[in-house]
Amino acid sequence: MATPMEQLLERRRNAKFHLFRDKFSADVRITVGSATCENAAGSEAVRRRFQELLDQHKPKHVVIGNVGCSGKCDMEPVVLIVRPGELPVKYVHMTPERVDEVFAEHVLNGRQVEKYTMRHEAGMPAADRVISVCEGAHCRAQSSEIQKAFRESLAAAGLAEKVVVTPSACQGLCAAGPVAYVYPDDVMYQHVTPEVAARIVNEHLVGDRPCSDHIWQESRVTNRFAPLYSDVYFFGKQLRITLRNCGVIDPESLDEYLAVRGYEAAVTAMTTMTPMDVINAITKSGLRGRGGGGFPTGVKWNFAASQASDTKYIICNADEGDPGAFMDRSTIEGDPHTIVEGMILAGYAIGAKRGFVYIRAEYSLAIKRIEKAIEDARAAGFLGKGIFGTACDFDIEIRLGAGAFVCGEETALIHSIEGERGQPRPRPPYPAVIGLWGKPTVINNVETMANLPAILLDGPEWFASIGTARSKGTKVFALAGKVKNTGLVEVPMGTTLRQVVFDVGGGILNGKRFKAVQTGGPAGGCMPESALDTPVDYDSLMAAGSIMGSGGMIVIDEDSCMVDMARYFLDFTQDESCGKCTPCREGTKRMLEILNRITSGRGVEGDVEKLLRLGDTIKKTSLCGLGQAAPNPVLSTINHFRAEYDAHIREKRCQAGVCTALLSYTIDPEKCVGCGACAKKCPVNCIKGQPKSVYVIDGVRCIRCGNCFKACKFNAVQRK
Amino acid sequence: MMVSELMKVEDDKARASLPEAIVRYIESVRSCEHGESYLIAVLHKVQEHFGYLDMRQMSAVSQLMQIPSAKVTGVASFYHFFTFVPRGKHKLAICLGTACFVKGAGQVLDKIKELLRVDVGHTTKDQLFSLDVARCVGACALAPVLIVDEKVYANVKPDDVARILEEYGFAAKK
Repeated sequence: MATPMEQLLERRRNAKFHLFRDKFSADVRITVGSATCENAAGSEAVRRRFQELLDQHKPKHVVIGNVGCSGKCDMEPVVLIVRPGELPVKYVHMTPERVDEVFAEHVLNGRQVEKYTMRHEAGMPAADRVISVCEGAHCRAQSSEIQKAFRESLAAAGLAEKVVVTPSACQGLCAAGPVAYVYPDDVMYQHVTPEVAARIVNEHLVGDRPCSDHIWQESRVTNRFAPLYSDVYFFGKQLRITLRNCGVIDPESLDEYLAVRGYEAAVTAMTTMTPMDVINAITKSGLRGRGGGGFPTGVKWNFAASQASDTKYIICNADEGDPGAFMDRSTIEGDPHTIVEGMILAGYAIGAKRGFVYIRAEYSLAIKRIEKAIEDARAAGFLGKGIFGTACDFDIEIRLGAGAFVCGEETALIHSIEGERGQPRPRPPYPAVIGLWGKPTVINNVETMANLPAILLDGPEWFASIGTARSKGTKVFALAGKVKNTGLVEVPMGTTLRQVVFDVGGGILNGKRFKAVQTGGPAGGCMPESALDTPVDYDSLMAAGSIMGSGGMIVIDEDSCMVDMARYFLDFTQDESCGKCTPCREGTKRMLEILNRITSGRGVEGDVEKLLRLGDTIKKTSLCGLGQAAPNPVLSTINHFRAEYDAHIREKRCQAGVCTALLSYTIDPEKCVGCGACAKKCPVNCIKGQPKSVYVIDGVRCIRCGNCFKACKFNAVQRK
Repeated sequence: MMVSELMKVEDDKARASLPEAIVRYIESVRSCEHGESYLIAVLHKVQEHFGYLDMRQMSAVSQLMQIPSAKVTGVASFYHFFTFVPRGKHKLAICLGTACFVKGAGQVLDKIKELLRVDVGHTTKDQLFSLDVARCVGACALAPVLIVDEKVYANVKPDDVARILEEYGFAAKK
């Protein structure tokens, strides 16, 4: 009788055999992004067009497949084309028309269509090779010296045009640092010094003989796919642990997950470790809950494990409710088996036989993918009775949320799974002691679950080496708003906000001025320019008046009004308040009324003080996290942008031009040339005048729509 | 009549107001451990079938699941996903997630309200459109996003609204 591990390895061999036969041996492999956002951007039409062309031309040995979202949202739909012996090429902003061109040129004739490639789009120089030199905390001191040595040696060898040297984020190989990665050769060099850099250029790049004594030989489940990401400029500044398989494997294929050491962590844990060993490993790794609270995962597990109860539950919280956050959706859509494996590990650690995925009903594709993953895992004997051939039982059930932000709170979520209104209850007792149906229950967020297999495979010590003293590993952010590169980014803890917004995010759109970055969603705060050097970790963000939250990161530029921003978030939390406790239910309502008053020009002296007092009371007296955090967006904007509040209240002026009630439009007679463009656009005909003479706006009838402001080519319409 | 006969009459009435598949689903979950916990799942199915929830269907769910109708209504009204208003032929949802909001979704919403003369959560008089606010749909790179039925419109500006609505039979009143 084969052991569980032998059985798993046999399965993996078969999976690899099938994959090689059906896919990897193909002359051309095409993968199309398939995720909610990719589909919204039009990836289904792109995929259909490829299929039509394939049916029409029937080229030999061309295969097409799907992958989840790679996180490069602003360039979707993304298509990857791999031909053996060539650089993988990523095409962006694909349309059926572009598919025709790419198919004819690249797929059939092997000629890249340069103008649609990600590299070209990103404005990066064409190069045969890229060397990325780690700039993470451990390597930083020597990094610039090493980069300089690379550049000098390259120039001396006449390769300056052909090889690009770029810094990268911490690659999680600190013990081997400083490290440098040569792409597309897929060679990682360790313990690099300026002298070694010169050797790499001369021996490897010129002489084609890699310096074997400095090659890093170990294997990690993270970062194996660097060549396939095909865009070291964007991805090189990230470290992908949670998202290690997203955008790389087909999320609907168990075989592909098995091929990347899928379920190895679960089998290893269940056959060679006791539940306590697993808990100790996770505790040692320093992993903290990624849902926002940052509670140490191992400690939480230990509470549940030490309860004497024969029934316990694991819940994976995928009810991603923050507006502007989509990490969990992308993770599930891109790599659902990781979540299943994470839940198996968590279940084994605390002794639970049943698990629930509580997921937003709106996430139809994510639901479909996790359902399929659960079914496939069950069919393979990875879920159900006696999983992996061991004596343990574990199964997972999906429960749909129904749109209640408060269900992010653990006790509210439990009520919702029980079929009740999702209202919280006082803690303690904590769910780890008395949870679902009164039994010990551990609730972990999607991102927390996704980290578990990687921690067990690559080791808790390795995980603990990444990040800061009290925040280990990485954090995934959904970077959006007025930033050039929107998308999912995963960076080591301790990366500064400035690095995320400007290095990974590429800075502000349309050359506008940065105003603030908002983290933590409706429970978080807005941080101004002066706080940009705050490192991203639980404690630093908290100290700066925001929170880590689940990972929404919205960049705000000068066109947004901070009072209006605060009003927006409060409007959301007020609407989402479950109504159980008075401070939250009534307090947020009163705060919202004051903010509405201010943004509509009826603010009075003392309003800000009232907001501060109310906010403080709500924070101190609310029952659950929703209420306790609801005033944060208001308090942090008052703290950092008090002048905007004062301008709204005292001068009835909205600097950003957002609060329409405070705006007035006039025409500067000096600049008006009498073209009449403004009058034509006015929907209420309140602009009077004759051609070639100065036009005048009737301020009483004006509805402040701003059409005239946009229509005037001579900047004669003034907005105040 | 005996109590059991009365129950049967009520049960039959309840069965008649729900599609057979949902009745079967309720019967299958009732025998599960913690059967009442499937209430939200049942309501999802009812809304998926009818497009909204009305009193008749909720009473039927209450009867078949043996959960007090006050609780059924309480749960249904607590969650945003459930609606008690019949939906229009086309369902508009404007995303008001933070990214969409920062990029001007509020103005797009105002424009829709102005053109259709309908408030959020309601349906136009001609039953052609119903208007909802979506929470973040996770397509933040495409912000602001307007969803009509299943189709997603990206980077929508207030000036685009009329043209998009016209695709679905909207005729602007002059």
